[in-house]
Amino acid sequence: MATIAKSAAEIARAVNARECSAREIIDATLSRIEAVEPQVGAYLSVLGRQARESADALDARIAAGERFPLAGVPLAVKDNLALEGTVTTCGSKMLERWVAPYTATAVRSMLAAGAIPVGKANMDEFAMGSSCENSALGVTRNPYDLQRVPGGSSGGSAASVAAYEATIALGSDTGGSIREPAAFCNLVGFKPTYGRISRYGLIAFASSLDQIGPLTRSVEDAALAYDAMAGFDPMDATSVDRTVEATAGTLREDLRGLRIGVVKQFDTHKLGAEIDDVYDRALHDLEALGAEIVEVELPTADYGLATYYLIAPAECSSNLARFDGVRYGLRVDGVDVAEMNERTRAAGFGPEVKRRILIGTYALSSGYYDAYYVRAQKARTLVARDFAKAFERCDLIAAPATSSPAFRFKSKSDPYSMYLMDYYTIPMSLAGLPALSVPCGWVTPEGGERPMPLGLQLTAPLFAERPLLAAAHAYERATKHAAKHGTQLPEAAR
Amino acid sequence: MSSENLDIAYVAKLARIALTDDEVERFGAQLGDLLGHVATLADLDLDSIPATAQVVESRNVVREDCERPSLDRETVLNGAPQRQGAFVRVPRIIGQA
Repeated sequence: MATIAKSAAEIARAVNARECSAREIIDATLSRIEAVEPQVGAYLSVLGRQARESADALDARIAAGERFPLAGVPLAVKDNLALEGTVTTCGSKMLERWVAPYTATAVRSMLAAGAIPVGKANMDEFAMGSSCENSALGVTRNPYDLQRVPGGSSGGSAASVAAYEATIALGSDTGGSIREPAAFCNLVGFKPTYGRISRYGLIAFASSLDQIGPLTRSVEDAALAYDAMAGFDPMDATSVDRTVEATAGTLREDLRGLRIGVVKQFDTHKLGAEIDDVYDRALHDLEALGAEIVEVELPTADYGLATYYLIAPAECSSNLARFDGVRYGLRVDGVDVAEMNERTRAAGFGPEVKRRILIGTYALSSGYYDAYYVRAQKARTLVARDFAKAFERCDLIAAPATSSPAFRFKSKSDPYSMYLMDYYTIPMSLAGLPALSVPCGWVTPEGGERPMPLGLQLTAPLFAERPLLAAAHAYERATKHAAKHGTQLPEAAR
Repeated sequence: MSSENLDIAYVAKLARIALTDDEVERFGAQLGDLLGHVATLADLDLDSIPATAQVVESRNVVREDCERPSLDRETVLNGAPQRQGAFVRVPRIIGQA
């Protein structure tokens, strides 16, 4: 009996022990996808035939004596990650039919560990958004309330794992795009230190911020995925050449001796009594596990959003200049190259991508460069310094992942109200820090009928992934918030 | 840090995106609004602060100057919207159509 409701750790153990085959796991996952995908819409493409072939090949290697840390684990891959021979769209009409000619290093590492891609996950176009509503190619729904968004930009990745259509999903996080959808979909979402996981084969949005990471149903699974992917890659000039310590075997059961900082500027009272209670309880639970709670300050926290919404669009306007209708993707003809460029980009990009390219172009243009872009880069220095100072007083920082649970479709019509969703996740991104969201409780939103999950965001100093995952595991084991409510979908086979 | 000079049609030309009249109006208003929000950065005293381009120390990376396989030419050219033999075909760049 294939047990797709189990964790990646359990699946790998069973497949390696030949208690069940990778093929059985994949067949069961593909059946699950067929059953629930019409309601969820997590994937832009499902890789049925390839997944079955990969599973059979893996089973043969296991029969021959090989073992794999993620043997037979069904994997969802965000559609901004290249997987050779598959359509890789970035959720955009610009790349709707583009077939990747190579495989991203992170995906390659997951394949080498025995994971099997079952589909390419939906996303906000070019990873720009916080709800997945900016996808030009499909609608993804939150499995916990199908009337609500899954979060973004890695919304398809989050929905696929929450709906048991995959066991691990890869996402990318520029200003919160892994942590926010993980919080909205009752998952663990982990953004490692900038540079820990190669970005080679990740279609660039904002290169100084983009980082790949896993979305999973447990901290242990996130640690297994991180262990498989972290490490130096000469193909990515910003990849960090630094020893990576394995994390999966070092998870803890308590938090004794750990100082956890609570940010004075992140006042949760303003989030409403119900949400405030959830975060209050989370701090009590951390304390009960042996952590000492200390107050720390991030005086520039309120400037994070402004800093980010100059730096990220500036980098995006530069990165997305390559989509010009010449070498790949869409082309709309014109009388000359300039007109062809303008028409192609008008037809290929959606409104949010256009907005960000325009703001970035403006911030980088002659006469405004110093006032906007350089100023934002200096503010970024202050944000990083604030964190460095805060970490003199604590080992980890605890904060909300989002200011609310998942909201309803089309409820954030003004772009800035959507940008505000990233308030708690952006400062960590600007500072390049490893951060994760772990389920921490449930609230029933106003006018909603179903309880929706919230995420606790834990942040560590640069390269301190190990204590971060260890602490998150202890918290998860002690509280078991994720298991308290189910999705709106039929239960997955156990 | 003022947004008075935001000429959205000019910026769109720099960005090579053809905008409709409706988009010029809508994006102009939305970007003006965003520039109002980011103007808060003017409150910070940043004169003596160095700019951060990237948070994790990095160095220039060069690879050994030796032959190695690259992506398959046919595969890459097949991703282009229009090709002619071993080339990517584009509309006229110089002169009149």
